[in-house]
Amino acid sequence: MRYTLMLHYQEMSPEELGPEVLEQGQEAMRSYAATLQQAGVLLGAEVLQPSYASTTVTSRDGKLRIQDGPFADTKEQLGGYFVLDVPDLDAAIHWAGQAPAAQWGSVEVRPGATHTVDGAWVPNS
Amino acid sequence: MGAEQLTPETAQENDDDARAAAELAARTSYGRLIALLAGGTGDVLLAEDALAEAFEQALRRWPVDGVPASPEGWLLTVARNRQRDEWKSARHRLSATLEGIEVRAMDTVDGSGFPDRRLALLLTCAHPAIAEDVRTPLMLQTVLGFDAAQIGAAFAVPAATMAQRLVRAKRRIRDARIPFELPGPEALAGRLPAVLEAVYGCLAIPRGEEAGLPAAAPVEARPMLAEGLFLAEVIAASLEAEAEAWSLAALAAFLLSRPSGGPYVPLDEQDTGTWNVQLVLRGEEYLRRASALTAGAGVGTNPGAGPGRFQIEAAIQAVHADRARTGRTEWTALSTLYTALNRVAPTLGSLVAEAVVLRRADGPLAALRRLDRLAQAHPAECERFQPYFVARADALQAAGNREAAVECLERALALTREPKLVEHLRERLSSWAG
Repeated sequence: MRYTLMLHYQEMSPEELGPEVLEQGQEAMRSYAATLQQAGVLLGAEVLQPSYASTTVTSRDGKLRIQDGPFADTKEQLGGYFVLDVPDLDAAIHWAGQAPAAQWGSVEVRPGATHTVDGAWVPNS
Repeated sequence: MGAEQLTPETAQENDDDARAAAELAARTSYGRLIALLAGGTGDVLLAEDALAEAFEQALRRWPVDGVPASPEGWLLTVARNRQRDEWKSARHRLSATLEGIEVRAMDTVDGSGFPDRRLALLLTCAHPAIAEDVRTPLMLQTVLGFDAAQIGAAFAVPAATMAQRLVRAKRRIRDARIPFELPGPEALAGRLPAVLEAVYGCLAIPRGEEAGLPAAAPVEARPMLAEGLFLAEVIAASLEAEAEAWSLAALAAFLLSRPSGGPYVPLDEQDTGTWNVQLVLRGEEYLRRASALTAGAGVGTNPGAGPGRFQIEAAIQAVHADRARTGRTEWTALSTLYTALNRVAPTLGSLVAEAVVLRRADGPLAALRRLDRLAQAHPAECERFQPYFVARADALQAAGNREAAVECLERALALTREPKLVEHLRERLSSWAG
């Protein structure tokens, strides 16, 4: 059985957090990922960039629409996610537009900031 | 230069030469340089910082070393080195590679051999993932080098707010990796309208006074019209076979040919001697190119579609411009063109304009019937729309219903903000009343 843990928290920049809090947070995430890895339950994890970098794609009315910003409609909730590795936003939008969910809802395309490989955090490239 | 001693006068002269050369490079090449610098990395903010530093260095070094043979090439090299240093620094080491910079550095042969990537930059500025209201400001900043305060003034937005919007958009371009590429013909057809629309935004910026700023606000009469012409020319020249791009350039040239400042005079009453002949000719030339393309069909991104919105709008301005030659306005031709425009791209403004033309072509009763229909279809919008009441007042006056005309013009006046227009309408009101 696969489960996806979605993290919801207030967006704060490294400057707002300060170096100490940032370091503590990163250390906690490092150790959490390592623990999950050791337990053999980690498939992949990703920390996303802030929502200002997000783009929302929908083709509900048959026409592909691309919108600046995250998806915000309280009636619709996160139902799943795919992690893709593509060169740029146009390629990501191309695939998002083909996602079945784009026809019955919206797909938010958010660039990743950092994710795990074998339980260790690596930055998005 | 060596040990040669400079007298204060020559030092001053060198300084002036260097400053003039730097300013010329800034004016003519700013957008080209930003497009090249940002194209490799996707980072407009870094490109702007690097180029600003290159300009600073130029102002320090050129008075001493002399102005280089290719000022733009010099600026590009210095800016690229600056960019490379930044990318090598710890800040970027984690998140990026140098690939982009290294590959693009091959482009630079010398200053004159620049590839022109401004169209790619414009496409990035008007990318669907960039909010619509920031596309035009972004173009003005990245391609023309305006600062946030100047752009904010043109859009009647506080400088700090505009600066914030621009930075946010540029961070989006970098962080979401919006590509700096010319898409293939099919994708370009989908993307071009947003680019042209954003450039059209330069033409449609209301005057400071209309936007509700105090009359003394330091805003030029038509703040970004010349810049809109420049951007439209960049796009038209880059694509060559795009009728709507040439049409937009034509439209901008016609609008720019008319005088700004002075009291308000309706277009069909303006002294044609005050129009700039060179700009009118330029507009006519661009419109000819557009017409040849749509007549030939089968080229451009929208083949066989017939004249688009900008071509019809430019043609309307060309008919007005023709009065300089013929001495009269061809209202019937204008009526045909407005009918076509309102089939392709109806707005409340263009629908009211069609009624105004109808009054001249077919008489006031035809105009009133049209305005009645408009008010039925869009009651709430017409109620707030100043041009609707002006058009109605003129039609009523022409139909001999002076009392209703005066009442209507008073409603129009209540909706008018621009002092010059208020003055013009007051004069009209008193001539009717008297």
